[in-house]
Amino acid sequence: MKLSGAKAIVDSLKKEKVEVIFGIPGGSTIPFYDAIYESDLRHILTRHEQCAAHMADGYARVKGVPGVCTATSGPGATNLVTGLAVAYMDSSPVVAITGQVPKPMIGKDAFQEADIVGIANPITKYAFQVTSASQIPDTIKTAFLLASTNRMGPVLIDFPKDVFYEEVDIAAAEKLNIKGYSVRSGEPHPYSIKKALGLIISSERPIILAGGGVMASNASAELVKLAELIMAPVATSLMGKGSIPETHPLSLGMLGMHGRGEANNAAEEADLIIAVGMRFSDRSTGRLEEFGRNAKIIHIDIDPAEIGKNVKVDVPIVADARKTLSTLHQKLSEVGSKREENEWTKRVHELKDQFSSNYEEQREGLRPGRLMKLLRGIIPGNAIVTTGVGQNQMWAALHFQVLEPRTFITSGGLGAMGFGLPASIGAKVASPDRPVFNVDGDGGFIMTEQDLATAVSEGIPTISIIMNNRVLGMVRQWQCMFCNKRYSHTDLGKVPDFVKLAEAYGAEGVRIGSYREFESAVKRGLKAEIPVVLDVPISPDEKVYPMVPPGKGLKEVVWYG
Amino acid sequence: MAEEMHIIAALVEDRPGVLFKVASLIRRRGFNIDTITVGSTEKEGLSRITMTMRGDERIVEQVVKQLSKIPDVVKITELKPTESVYRELAMVKVVAQDPEKKSDILNYISIFRGRVIDASKDSLVIEMVGNTKKINAFLDLMKGFGIVELARTGIVALGRGSKSTAE
Ligand SMILES: Cc1ncc(C[n+]2csc(CCOP(=O)(O)OP(=O)(O)O)c2C)c(N)n1
Repeated sequence: MKLSGAKAIVDSLKKEKVEVIFGIPGGSTIPFYDAIYESDLRHILTRHEQCAAHMADGYARVKGVPGVCTATSGPGATNLVTGLAVAYMDSSPVVAITGQVPKPMIGKDAFQEADIVGIANPITKYAFQVTSASQIPDTIKTAFLLASTNRMGPVLIDFPKDVFYEEVDIAAAEKLNIKGYSVRSGEPHPYSIKKALGLIISSERPIILAGGGVMASNASAELVKLAELIMAPVATSLMGKGSIPETHPLSLGMLGMHGRGEANNAAEEADLIIAVGMRFSDRSTGRLEEFGRNAKIIHIDIDPAEIGKNVKVDVPIVADARKTLSTLHQKLSEVGSKREENEWTKRVHELKDQFSSNYEEQREGLRPGRLMKLLRGIIPGNAIVTTGVGQNQMWAALHFQVLEPRTFITSGGLGAMGFGLPASIGAKVASPDRPVFNVDGDGGFIMTEQDLATAVSEGIPTISIIMNNRVLGMVRQWQCMFCNKRYSHTDLGKVPDFVKLAEAYGAEGVRIGSYREFESAVKRGLKAEIPVVLDVPISPDEKVYPMVPPGKGLKEVVWYG
Repeated sequence: MAEEMHIIAALVEDRPGVLFKVASLIRRRGFNIDTITVGSTEKEGLSRITMTMRGDERIVEQVVKQLSKIPDVVKITELKPTESVYRELAMVKVVAQDPEKKSDILNYISIFRGRVIDASKDSLVIEMVGNTKKINAFLDLMKGFGIVELARTGIVALGRGSKSTAE
């Protein structure tokens, strides 16, 4: 069958079961949009390409399948960059389709020409430029394969405009051969399993550290089963929130720089660390020289390059987390390694008790921790929470207990302000029946706020909770702690009236003055049919505690400022 | 202190942008590469990139693992200097006006088993093939005569024995 390049792209996207594309058209993608026009692909017109990428990312993280975004050549494509970098750092399967100037004009500094393949190279798993329509079917197939297998990540496909017009016989199209890539079986090697079993059986104080890989491989049920079998407490990285219900007796919450005291202390006291789908980021480990000094380490990751990158490990297992955890569980059950409450679990409970009162917020007024706990109490367990970056993100991470995998969506690796709102929109598109909340900062919200217009126009009701401190809170906190309160350019001055702002976009805005108002606004938000923005004024002096100052070991926690 | 030299050989698909991807990854991850060469291989569609670097085993392992994640990299291995043969080509133009000095230079060339590949009234272009140490030693000698220009290829290497790196 002969099709135009543009139609062949749409045809291939449908074959990949793509249901929705987020994007903004432009000169170079007009023919592609013409093909979308007559297809039944849903297209969501965003107000900024960065948001298109974040939406595709949020969609992907909730659904576990690639999210697709598109932009025109030049400025459209460069606007995608932050979104691609976020997806790359958090291993999220995003496929970006960009237009490019026509082939004969490439390299001539033509109008709206930007070398997006070159720009995207270090922040994507792969960046293609399609130079003939006959490459379309196989390139798109390969792009989706790359994005969604092994360690997932974003892939970009750049189409010079003339390729959209070229005719292609999709039945006889070129075959693309990526010799250097193969999909891993994900089966753990029996030898590594044997060694891991030995370490687990001889351990007295095992701890599991869970990362985003647990979500990526849908391994949360297996993780909990293994933890229960060997009575290992579970701490997570920021990306790992959702690996275990945080109300579970074995859950310690988040680890690391702003980790919970019990998690950091347990990690330091353990004699065996089982790291699953986490990459020992500096934000999780604290001072590397001290991390896991007294422990043996088993590292399970699908990406061989993660093994030994930051931390020396005793048993590397390059495999799928779910398969590995279930194999370990099965073998350990066979040899009767089920454990009961013991000295170690007693110690873990002790640590939890020791720190529990540290999280209480004494002062009057709307306090972030209490707001997060209230929120958890009101919204259903399967509700999705996205976050901004900074204090708001850490408050959510510390105090909002995540109960199900893929319900806590945050820019972990890149830490990109502005992620929260568009990610919430993408999440809601992926799962329209579940409530989606964006816990954000006033600074971050403003960075992508224009896409409230998208949410309103497309009828995508998400609820943004703005922790409004009128400052760039996290940076200010560092200035307070490490720069002698020299607050250089972190005061946002006159912050817009978020209630009026929401209304100007056609969303609902509510100013919150008390916990009661917060509760009732959240409850109403659950039923709202238009996007809602809750403006929650808090003190600019709020801090995120506990904190392990950068360069310090995990036990050197600061609790009060 | 001279750290041990490591040789990394990568077979890559001969596609536009592959060298860029390899170079970009090396730069981004802050790896320190001493030499890098690219050329064709016995297989159509495959090029060979040979890199040398100094550093500890862990860094070399990271370089190999990170590079092997590039889908265009079909095969990558570290070639142990003791289990491989490696050569570099240097071309050096030296001042040779004084007949006495010229004869000294020619002497050195023959000791080092180099060749003169071009000559003018007052200069010589010398071709020197060998391992890096030998070339460096020769160049040190030539400095005394005055080096006008120098070009080096960087190292290419093959494993010893009958096996191919691609296997
Ligand atoms: C795009 C981007 N620019 C700058 C930063 C650096 N940064 C990290 S946290 C932060 C403050 C965020 O302020 P706000 O969104 O109001 O959140 P808060 O910390 O006050 O909760 C800044 C500027 C960043 N992470 N992302």
